[in-house]
Amino acid sequence: MSFKTLHRGENCSFSPRQTTIAGKIPYTQRQTIIFDNPPHIIGRMSVVGTKEGKGPIGRYFHRVLDDDKMGEKTFENAEIKMLTSAIDGAVYNSGLRPSEIDLIISGDLLNQVTTSNYVARNYHVPYLGVYSACSTMTEALDLASTFISAGKFKNVLCSTASHFATAERTYRYPLEYGCQRPPYAQWTVTGAACTVLSANGNGPRITMGTVGKVVDFGTTDLNNMGAAMAPAAMDSMLALFKETGAEPCDFDLIITGDLGKLGSDILRDLMTEQGYYLGQRYIDCGNMMYDVSQNCYQGGSGAACSATIFNSFVLDKIFDGTYNRVAYFATGALMSTQSCYQGETIPCISHAVVIER
Amino acid sequence: MEKSKRNKRYNAYVESVTPKTGTWHSLWNALWVGGLTCMIAQGIGDIYYALFPHLGKDLIVNFTSMTIIALAILFTGFGFFDVIARKGGAGSFLPITGFANAMASASMEFKTEGLIMGTSVKMFTVVGPVIVNGIVWSAVAGMINVLITGGI
Repeated sequence: MSFKTLHRGENCSFSPRQTTIAGKIPYTQRQTIIFDNPPHIIGRMSVVGTKEGKGPIGRYFHRVLDDDKMGEKTFENAEIKMLTSAIDGAVYNSGLRPSEIDLIISGDLLNQVTTSNYVARNYHVPYLGVYSACSTMTEALDLASTFISAGKFKNVLCSTASHFATAERTYRYPLEYGCQRPPYAQWTVTGAACTVLSANGNGPRITMGTVGKVVDFGTTDLNNMGAAMAPAAMDSMLALFKETGAEPCDFDLIITGDLGKLGSDILRDLMTEQGYYLGQRYIDCGNMMYDVSQNCYQGGSGAACSATIFNSFVLDKIFDGTYNRVAYFATGALMSTQSCYQGETIPCISHAVVIER
Repeated sequence: MEKSKRNKRYNAYVESVTPKTGTWHSLWNALWVGGLTCMIAQGIGDIYYALFPHLGKDLIVNFTSMTIIALAILFTGFGFFDVIARKGGAGSFLPITGFANAMASASMEFKTEGLIMGTSVKMFTVVGPVIVNGIVWSAVAGMINVLITGGI
């Protein structure tokens, strides 16, 4: 790595409206969508569990639960209640009436996207259930922005939830089972988040979206999610940068979903190898979710990890003008427990959106 | 071909940056947690022997195991067995306590699906392999014993 590659693109002048590169490459090879009528973010809400509330950015979340079971009989019901709370809060925050919502796009980590389906049961609104593991939020935002930009829907609600207890049951062992985690494991975030997008409004706009490819670098360790997902994040980052002609320094902040400490270090290395120096403007949500003393190894993971931080901390900073252009890459590992026990490697994906003030 | 080379290179790189579990650190923790468990069990056994000397050694040993199992299940229910296990590793799951914890945790976890489809069906999800392998390999050992000694 030479000194030159480190300072690549130091003089940046980038505006998505002036980019021509995306228009020149053949349509079939294009991953990045530049929205003609960028939707506005008009409402948001994040709900997190007790442990997340005690983390370094705990004070930014809109609601911190004092009981992870929320007085329900099962953790699944608690997750449903949590997601409902996030959706209701976001709709209230947007100033719309629930009847004015045209579409709900929601996803979570449970089998058959149970939580979202059961939440959507209570709203008489068209609903799309999506699954993209931990990158569900950006997939939902990409889809919603496409719908709004094309003029098909006006107000679309994107939401996601994950719960430590239900994810443990789906992917790992019973909660109270005494097993040791390796030092490179991650901790599923308990939380739910919701963003309301609208064709009208004054909020920050989603100007671009990158639809990720499934990337598999042959990682097999179910615990080492960061290392499995880092190449997917790299793939989508390269697609966004190359197709729009942007450089990392064109963004005030580049965030990734839940790579954790190890995964984000790997991503920095991979990007440096490709000639892009991420530097101080890059953060990872999994890495900042928990404090070192909370014994969460490499940090947080799960669909709600990046979604809650995006809807609280990041959007707060965009609204108050600290950041003007943010690239948000959420990464997801698309394995199941069966595929892993059958010796398959872990395929991963990363969808991205670019938010501008 | 190109892909497998790339994957190999990447995995070698991941291996080199991934933090490892400290072997000596884990061994030490397993030693003192496991040792302490066994010392407590021995203490309980001694107390039983002092109180009921007429029961005989075999019965005392059984009662001691039962007490330890009950304690492990109780700890699991109160939710601090997994905290000990995170520290102790093999020191906590190799003694009889680990088996008790695995069964208790699974039956607690799946209680929400009902007593039949939940607790009863899922109780052995974690300990199933232990039971199956215990039976299979003890049968194999018995066969070898018969072949070598002629079943004496």
